Amino acid sequence: MNWNLKSSLFPVNVGEEIMKTREVVLPGDEVSLGGLKARNGLYKNGESKFCSAYFGTIQRSEQFVDVVPFWGTYMPRRGDRVIGKVIEIGPSMWIVDINAPYTSLLHMNDAPWRINSGDLKRYMNTGDYVIAKVLSLNEIKESWLTLKDVGLRKLEGGTIVSIQAPKVPRIIGKNGTMVNMIKDMTLTRIIVGQNGLIWLDGTPGNVIIAIEAIELVKNEAHTIGLTDRVKAFLESKKGEIVGNAE
Amino acid sequence: MGTQSDIKLIDENGLRLDGRSAGDLRPIRIEAGVLERADGSAMIEWGGNKIIVAVYGPREAYPKHNQDINRAIVKARYNMAAFSVDERKRPGPDRRSIEISKVLSEALSAAIMVEQFPRAQIDVFIEVLQADAGTRIAGLTASSVAIADAGIPMRDFVTGCTAGKVDGKVVLDLSKEEDNFGQADLPVAALPKSGKIVLMQMDGDLSVEEFETATSMIMNAIPRINEIQRNALSSRVKVEGGGGE
Repeated sequence: MNWNLKSSLFPVNVGEEIMKTREVVLPGDEVSLGGLKARNGLYKNGESKFCSAYFGTIQRSEQFVDVVPFWGTYMPRRGDRVIGKVIEIGPSMWIVDINAPYTSLLHMNDAPWRINSGDLKRYMNTGDYVIAKVLSLNEIKESWLTLKDVGLRKLEGGTIVSIQAPKVPRIIGKNGTMVNMIKDMTLTRIIVGQNGLIWLDGTPGNVIIAIEAIELVKNEAHTIGLTDRVKAFLESKKGEIVGNAE
Repeated sequence: MGTQSDIKLIDENGLRLDGRSAGDLRPIRIEAGVLERADGSAMIEWGGNKIIVAVYGPREAYPKHNQDINRAIVKARYNMAAFSVDERKRPGPDRRSIEISKVLSEALSAAIMVEQFPRAQIDVFIEVLQADAGTRIAGLTASSVAIADAGIPMRDFVTGCTAGKVDGKVVLDLSKEEDNFGQADLPVAALPKSGKIVLMQMDGDLSVEEFETATSMIMNAIPRINEIQRNALSSRVKVEGGGGE
């Protein structure tokens, strides 16, 4: 299973290989690269050897070696699709909490509406959720969001659940297999933000089952054969799902 | 330190009051992830010491003038509970705990990759529930486990140990009586992989030779303590990974 979304570019069988050879490392442990390039979660020590920066697992893909922490905060990256909560409104910006150490800004010109300055409240108020894209990010981690892209919008209704950001790739699965399976089998609309917030909408009973499935993934994120177990769980709940054809 | 007494701290066989020889550590037990609400946490029992550490962050530093544009600030707060010592300790920060908070913050900043989190703050709350000599080092050792548990990037663990001079002899890991009635106390913390020292304080007097013996004893003990730190974290995964096949 791919932990990092970017590695979903690689062939599917690579993912399976990774699961079996997953190995736990602690901060400062030397990681042998085996000819691959070091990517996330590694640093070069004084003797120019690569060491882990996290308590997590090693993931080797076709070109890269990553250390994926078990827990941790979300750090914004350009182009990430995140779910944020409006926490403050300025004259021309919304200040959005994106579940990171820093808040993010959403300027009215990056929203899909024609807004006059000072009139932001009419479109989005504090407490509203948005699915937005990180437009830009500077050296001191100030970030700006945009709503101008396909699928980006204010989230009306629904429920938000949060998971640890490093577990997001596991919720999505290889090319979205895991989240699509949960969506199809619970007849729920689900949007997963890269920052660990998940929006769900549907019949309350169905949403509860979908949340239970997400909890299952969250608690067993580092185990093997998870997709099958989630599938079995959802099969067992099939009778409780409202609106199912059967 | 410095208090004179006629108690014999080392007997004729070279054994200490609790039956340890000069180079022995007290029993140490560390458990990671003991608090639900904190981002990372750890509990340590080191001899009679009982300490809980909670880590929050990285989060935006407040007040804003405290922010560092280049790196995260590490704010450790060492606090002793009123009931942690024989005579009730007046609660709240005092001169001693402010100093310890400062040196611990600096020791931890050496290991944490603070440059990855500009303008942020990492809070480390070290609560001493029961004190029995060497609390700063025990608190620091537990803090680095809690920080790794919080998923904060670190170059290495921070591992500490004390040594001191008791009845004219250099011994490792002072107990409470040895600390109170001995001649010197030397807490040291280092990054176990590189051996870089991140904290060193001394109370009392040691000659150069004694100092060298003491530091080499500590540097030998640090890998042993680090192993306990590592097990505390890896056992957490084994427990949680119970569902795996």
